[in-house]
Amino acid sequence: MSGDDNPLAQLFWTFALISLFAVGGAVAAIPELHRVAVDVRHWMTDKQFADVFALSQLSPGPNVLIVTLIGYSVAGVAGAAVATIAMCGPTAVLSYVVSRWLSNARGARWPALVQAALVPLSIGLMAASVWILGLASDQTWRAFALTVIAAVVASTTRLNPLWLLAAGGCLGFAGLL
Amino acid sequence: MSSEIAPAASSAADIAKIPPSLRTLFFAFAKMSLSGFGGVLVFARRAIVDEHRWMTAEEFNETFALCHFLPGPNIVNLAMVFGARLRGIAGGLAAFAGLLVPPMLLITMLGAIYGRFGQADALRQGLAGVSCVAVGLLASVVFRMLTPLAKKRDLVGLVVMAAVFVAIGLARLPLQEVLLVAVPLSLAITYARTRWAR
Repeated sequence: MSGDDNPLAQLFWTFALISLFAVGGAVAAIPELHRVAVDVRHWMTDKQFADVFALSQLSPGPNVLIVTLIGYSVAGVAGAAVATIAMCGPTAVLSYVVSRWLSNARGARWPALVQAALVPLSIGLMAASVWILGLASDQTWRAFALTVIAAVVASTTRLNPLWLLAAGGCLGFAGLL
Repeated sequence: MSSEIAPAASSAADIAKIPPSLRTLFFAFAKMSLSGFGGVLVFARRAIVDEHRWMTAEEFNETFALCHFLPGPNIVNLAMVFGARLRGIAGGLAAFAGLLVPPMLLITMLGAIYGRFGQADALRQGLAGVSCVAVGLLASVVFRMLTPLAKKRDLVGLVVMAAVFVAIGLARLPLQEVLLVAVPLSLAITYARTRWAR
């Protein structure tokens, strides 16, 4: 990894590299973001990571913006911008190139094949995200119960998730967790 | 999440003929991004296919499938590919910026508030409640994606999934190393199975 002295360069290379391996999108990259930000670089604690994830879910926009918050906590506004661009820019360029190239190969069978092969991988990665974030958030049995209830309600109803997040915030604020 | 994609409804006939301006692209993506709580895909689909009629549902599904198997944040890739399809590289950049810049400013402000008051008891407790729910919401997404695999009794898929979960979630191995093994392996298995099925 180059530029270990400069935090912005460090942010850039870290997130650009992670993004290239982020199969299945931003949520699937959470275990790796956690490993790097908490265990390897010591940018934040486990609890802070869970907080940052909660903030990113509370705020509108793509889920990838969790990296904006990690970048902000490392190097302020410049860090936020650099982390976001590093996480989104290179893969967007790659997608553009591949889509141009694929438009000449319409009807090919292999995109469906690649997708079928990658789906179980991304589900496994997302399940790992749930596990890692759950360990950080669900420190008490009440907190764990809230997570389970939220999962059941979200799976069985079409309630806007924002209401559930707000309800969780109120319960926490009231000191019930 | 492919489960959120409804079957094709609109026909190619009533698709807008004149490509939108860069300004229109920027603001359209900013709008879908800012209304997207817990994921932007549903709003992107609604805006692109139903509201602006820039793409048919099939074209949207195809573009999304492409962006889903490429690495990186899917919806960001989609904005770039989609914008570039309508207006070239400038269009791609306009959609990319529209999707990212406004929510980025908003979330940076939230980050600043958290940085200043994150240790205050009220905020800390409230946020802890939010994060418990956020984990639950994520679990429900995983559950929803898992259901088709389980219904198909796709044993190989379930084993691959479980192996990735153990390697990343429990053993905390680096993502790169796990994927360098898992991707070729999963590809080989999928390919062998389609050959075998024919």
